[in-house]
Amino acid sequence: MSSTWNYIFRRVLYLIPVLLGVCFLIFFLFNVVAGDPTGILLGKHATASQMAELREQLGLNKPLIAQYFDVVKSAFTFDFGRSWATKQQISQMIAQGAIPSLSVTLPGFFLATVVSILLATIVAYFRGKGIDLFIRILTIAMMSISSLVYIMVFQWLFAFELGWFEISGFEYSFPEVMPYITLPIIIWIVLSLGPDTRFYRTLILDEMYQDYVRTARAKGVSEKKILLKHVLRNAMIPIITYTVVQLPFLLLGSILLESFFSIPGLGNMVINALNASDFPVLKAITVLSAVAYIVFTLVQDILYTVVDPRVKLK
Amino acid sequence: MDLLSIRDLTVDFNTPEGIVRAVNGISFDVPKGKTVGLVGESGSGKSVTSLAAMGLIPNPPGKITGGQILFEGKDLVGASDEEMRKIRGNEISMIFQEPMSALNPVFKVGDQIAEVLMLHKGMNKKEAWQKAEELLHQVGIPDPKSSVQKYPHEMSGGQKQRVCIAIAIACEPKLLIADEPTTALDVTIQKQVLELMFDLQEKYKMGMLFITHDLSVIADIADDVVVMYRSNLVEKSDTKKIFTSAQHPYTKGLLACRPSLDKNPSRLLTVADFMDEQGNEIEVDPEKTKLASKPKQEHKDDDVLLEVNNLHTHFPIKGGLFGKTVDHFKAVNGVSFKVQRGKTLGLVGESGCGKTTLGRTILRLIEPTAGQVIYDGVDLTKLDKKQLREMRSRMQIIFQDPYSSLNPRMTIGETLLEPMDLHNIGANKKEKIDRAKWLMEKVGLSASQLSRYPHEFSGGQRQRICIARALAVNPDFIICDESVSALDVSVQAQVLNLLLDLQDEFGLTYIFISHDLSVVNFISDEVAVMNRGKIVELDKAFKVYHNPENDYTKSLLSAIPKGVPKELLEEGTR
Repeated sequence: MSSTWNYIFRRVLYLIPVLLGVCFLIFFLFNVVAGDPTGILLGKHATASQMAELREQLGLNKPLIAQYFDVVKSAFTFDFGRSWATKQQISQMIAQGAIPSLSVTLPGFFLATVVSILLATIVAYFRGKGIDLFIRILTIAMMSISSLVYIMVFQWLFAFELGWFEISGFEYSFPEVMPYITLPIIIWIVLSLGPDTRFYRTLILDEMYQDYVRTARAKGVSEKKILLKHVLRNAMIPIITYTVVQLPFLLLGSILLESFFSIPGLGNMVINALNASDFPVLKAITVLSAVAYIVFTLVQDILYTVVDPRVKLK
Repeated sequence: MDLLSIRDLTVDFNTPEGIVRAVNGISFDVPKGKTVGLVGESGSGKSVTSLAAMGLIPNPPGKITGGQILFEGKDLVGASDEEMRKIRGNEISMIFQEPMSALNPVFKVGDQIAEVLMLHKGMNKKEAWQKAEELLHQVGIPDPKSSVQKYPHEMSGGQKQRVCIAIAIACEPKLLIADEPTTALDVTIQKQVLELMFDLQEKYKMGMLFITHDLSVIADIADDVVVMYRSNLVEKSDTKKIFTSAQHPYTKGLLACRPSLDKNPSRLLTVADFMDEQGNEIEVDPEKTKLASKPKQEHKDDDVLLEVNNLHTHFPIKGGLFGKTVDHFKAVNGVSFKVQRGKTLGLVGESGCGKTTLGRTILRLIEPTAGQVIYDGVDLTKLDKKQLREMRSRMQIIFQDPYSSLNPRMTIGETLLEPMDLHNIGANKKEKIDRAKWLMEKVGLSASQLSRYPHEFSGGQRQRICIARALAVNPDFIICDESVSALDVSVQAQVLNLLLDLQDEFGLTYIFISHDLSVVNFISDEVAVMNRGKIVELDKAFKVYHNPENDYTKSLLSAIPKGVPKELLEEGTR
């Protein structure tokens, strides 16, 4: 066990050079390549003295090395300063946007994963039979329809015509929030179900042809138990590879769903920041996703040791 | 009543190319407490027969289309899934070829043994684990108490096969089916596993159906032998008769093609020497039998092509917080030898002895830690990348697995042309293609097959393609790393003969790496025995085999299956 702790400690140390590199790229993009933002912020009729004043205010007169250091500092303190557009504390904006984003993406992702693994297992059990063919055709059909069609049809039918859900908006309290997020969650699941079921089906079927399955059959173990006990446990290894790296992106939310349902999440915030050339917000989001990504790959490695006894972290 | 009676069994497979008959109306019996050997080459239908008895034919595409499988008088064909499940692992159990993949990697060994006991014997978890420990002790696994807690990857190949045996005998079955259970194991391990199976059979009075492609393996343990060839049963008889007076030409060929330690023929007889394409018997060319009794010539020249001096290859073992190198694994630990031009050095040893690492270090596919490799006067260890690449065309390697060492998406023509392009052999495309065609014929294939893909060839044919690829760049030195180990004995003989023919024609020098001592004896002029990274014995082949000096060599030699039933050997000495 101590070697696992050593490994985790070492991986956390590796975070430092990776973050320094990521910060450099961000700094290079926003502070060097992007050029002077004061023109954009003040508009066409700005005077030279106004621009100089703003530059001073935004810290753009500092030497480049100091500007780089500011970016690095923000990656560790999560203090990203204030937004140019809204003048709010960015860390506060993120904290506020994360709630609506995650309240859609987390349940959506979790339910979609569970349902598609379940479907894939059923399909694998009946492989080659009618139900397998039916679900495979259905998933292809589902994948062939544009996501915009689902969003617009569902919004029109379930929210507008039938009135089961709110058409758009958000509430920060539970359970008042449910009418706002249920429909986006359902759409998220519907969108993921096609590709995920097909992917998990392939993973499970790959395992079905392994030699240990033949051994289990020779022992007299029933097909159902082979699938649920022997195969699924082995299939968890690639399933973890596929799912865990998706987790950091849940934080950013779905830009598409958030804009159609007017959910004030991080996806929406990014769109607004892009439109307003709000560099600090974009910088913050980029730094944050890099950190989240690195952390979750570490989580993935640790999870491997739980499901696969062959993996030893050293 | 026999324990297992197979009557006119026919199994068909539905393939995109049409219906393929895998088993064609075969009948034989396995009496209670007796061992029947089922012999045949890959694709002969022997494994399908055994899977049919277990009710494990994959359906679709396979289907039993005729005949009966009577187990204690009850027909298993058409038995329900539920009925078969109660029999499998309980009354009939099975051991498979690949112990490496036959166990589930994510469950403890104890779990995997206990599962079958809980399933059929109604034991609770605690009882089943206790019994699992007992079983591990029975199959000779050291320290069963801690071994039940191990995962399969923490055990060696031989130990895993013992675990598979423990699973198979857990419910004291009446019939044990063993499908090539020792093919993937080293000779000494093979001997131990065979002895174990034999002891357990005596103890539990089990009937045993032992499937193999190698007659010599079952010579000592089978009471009867059934020979299958191309889905048909061609001969069945008691073991002694098979070895003394085989009737069918295929059986005769099978018996003749295995290299043995006492005879040193210059070429091996193959099945094709006994039988034509249609399966009709043909007279064996007397010229070939004569050659077969002629001992190999002794060479006495001193033309050294390759000299290896005190070669070391060490792999670091990492540990500690920052992965510091704490120790080294000495895979090759101070090895020296010479190989004469146009001769073959055999390199034998068991898995993990360092023979493969040595072969690859010589070619600098793995970098040596220390030592010299002098090839035709040039020290390979001192060459830079560019010089080494130029040398590469003179030194080639043929690997063990002909299935994975060919790129499945390249035609055979592309495969053969690629090394020629790299080393600028042949002035233009036409010359290269002509050379590829010539190579195909040299290795016994047809020039018209150049546009085909690897999957259209059998294992033996693929190994011929690998040989052709090695020859494409006109090498004078080839390392054969277990190049015939994955092949059936009958195919192995053909490939060995081909290697010798090519050696004669092109004056090739070989290092032949193998765990199979009989094969090495047949093909080599000199033999080096390797153990734990060192060469423990190195001498002329016949000397190593007939007057071994090292204890390790002796133990290796004594583990080789004699290839003839014991009683016949005894009669011979009387």
